[in-house]
Amino acid sequence: MTTYKTATSRDVRARGRRLSKVRTLLTAYGFLLPNLLGFLIFTFLPVLAALLISFTNWDLLQAAEWVGFANYRRLATDPLFHTVLWNTVVYVLGTVPVQMAISLLVAMALSRRLPGLLFFRTVYFMPVVASTVAVALVWRWIFHADFGLLNSFLYLIGVDNPPMWLSSTRWALSAIIIMSIWQQIGFSMVLFLAGLQAVPSHLYEAAKIDGANGWHRFRFITVPMLSSTTFFVLVISIINSFQVFEQAFVMTQGGPANATNTLVFNIYRYAFQFFQMGYAAAMAWVLFAIIFAITLVQFRMQRQWVTYD
Amino acid sequence: MTDGDARLEPATRVSKNRRERVGDILLAVVLLPTALIMLMPFIWMLSTSLKSVGAVFEFPPTFIPNPVHWDNYRRLFEVLPFARFFLNSLIVATAVTGLHITSSALAAYAFARMHFPGRDALFLGYLATLMIPAQVVIIPNFILLRYLGWIDTYQALILPAAFNAFGTFLLRQYFLTIPYELEDAAVVDGANHFQIFLRVILPLSGPALSALAIFTFLFNWNSFLYPLIVTSSTEMSTLTVGLNTLQGQYNTAWTLLMAGSVIALLPVLVVFIFAQRYFIKGITMTGLGGR
Repeated sequence: MTTYKTATSRDVRARGRRLSKVRTLLTAYGFLLPNLLGFLIFTFLPVLAALLISFTNWDLLQAAEWVGFANYRRLATDPLFHTVLWNTVVYVLGTVPVQMAISLLVAMALSRRLPGLLFFRTVYFMPVVASTVAVALVWRWIFHADFGLLNSFLYLIGVDNPPMWLSSTRWALSAIIIMSIWQQIGFSMVLFLAGLQAVPSHLYEAAKIDGANGWHRFRFITVPMLSSTTFFVLVISIINSFQVFEQAFVMTQGGPANATNTLVFNIYRYAFQFFQMGYAAAMAWVLFAIIFAITLVQFRMQRQWVTYD
Repeated sequence: MTDGDARLEPATRVSKNRRERVGDILLAVVLLPTALIMLMPFIWMLSTSLKSVGAVFEFPPTFIPNPVHWDNYRRLFEVLPFARFFLNSLIVATAVTGLHITSSALAAYAFARMHFPGRDALFLGYLATLMIPAQVVIIPNFILLRYLGWIDTYQALILPAAFNAFGTFLLRQYFLTIPYELEDAAVVDGANHFQIFLRVILPLSGPALSALAIFTFLFNWNSFLYPLIVTSSTEMSTLTVGLNTLQGQYNTAWTLLMAGSVIALLPVLVVFIFAQRYFIKGITMTGLGGR
């Protein structure tokens, strides 16, 4: 039945193609045109242009000057760029593992079908849909050194000299990391929840009968069965975290003393405050190279630890 | 992801007590404290936005404002045109979503359901841009918009944001999964591609289309870097850019800043609470939404 129907469909399609190849071509490009035009102008050509711009000095006032790899060489010796790169790496390393651990824990707790599941899921997920600018503002207020909620709480429980948070070179990046963990938990949690629901419950029952304890069931069933979800969450979280911008912009403007200056914030400053388009474009390509390399390495490594059943 | 399942699954009789105890411990140790921490910034935002300027600096801090200062919100709309910001965000997010969905669905149909010369090469071009971060594209786009004299216009806020490879890619993958048998009847009746697209493919793609719509809207409602760069006047600012202007002018006026944040968050949170399942489905389907 099904084969017969497919054959009909293919026949009709094939005859149509033979009759008017040109018409099909025109129809296809008719479908494509609105998107293709916009895509070419606002995405594809800009990507190529960005590559060219990164080989120039261009302040938008005078004509662009071709400088070859000079911008990339400058990046290699620019101490500010190294600071920025280091800050971004610290941010990623501080955010991603903690965020993933907490969200896995929460997802496992929620997958037990407790009362109020819907309430908890809503609460954990709210920061994900919230505008980062708006929540960064309230976190700036929470981290206020003298009157902030956090330090008031720390005073109350007897901490005499709580950190100055956003105004301290030592703590500012940690503050942004804490805020970002808070914001990202819900996203990973939802993916982990979906992954956990796909684990067949008979595996746990069989393990129970065999006398496996809770830790063993987690280590030998949950972890391997969840490895492809974990892999996905890890890749997406790292890619997103490397592009951190709004927190630095709203909470600290990259300060104090560049303590929270991140890659994208630095790109923004060079492009749209200093108007060094070429240098900023070169930085943007380094960001792409980093993201691309990490994703590639992760895809290579997944063979060793991701199990698909 | 089914919310009602808790009722369907009776706890295993044998270990009911133990399961309940583990559940209680989880609830008490993990979920309740973390949920409180997760909610705290929102509560604190709302609470501050309703306090008097003096009450903001009280120690120990209080959560219930007394008396309630609604006039913070009135002042907010006086110092900056927040109604206009709101309208701008609404116009931009709606237009971008409409354009992105419509044009992506059409292109995705051609890529998924038609055979034509150049198809695979073109699609490769789309794919190649998927991994490139937005920050790479933003510099040439800014230069282009400046050259066109479009800075500080709606078309600058809308057009570049509406066209990227994501929607086309997502919908193409979805359209590929729709069996060809379903369009047989239409083909035999002599339907053309546009009719098949409209009457067969689109009605079957509800989940993918709604997920894409929700996230395109949300992303553009919350978008900051891009509108910050392509607008220069207060009148053309979106809500996020307006909030930043507010912070620039009233850097420590916490009651005003928090009132502004509440205004920016409220519509999204309300929509989210009512349309939660679509958000959640959308995330698991597309992997979108994490920033």
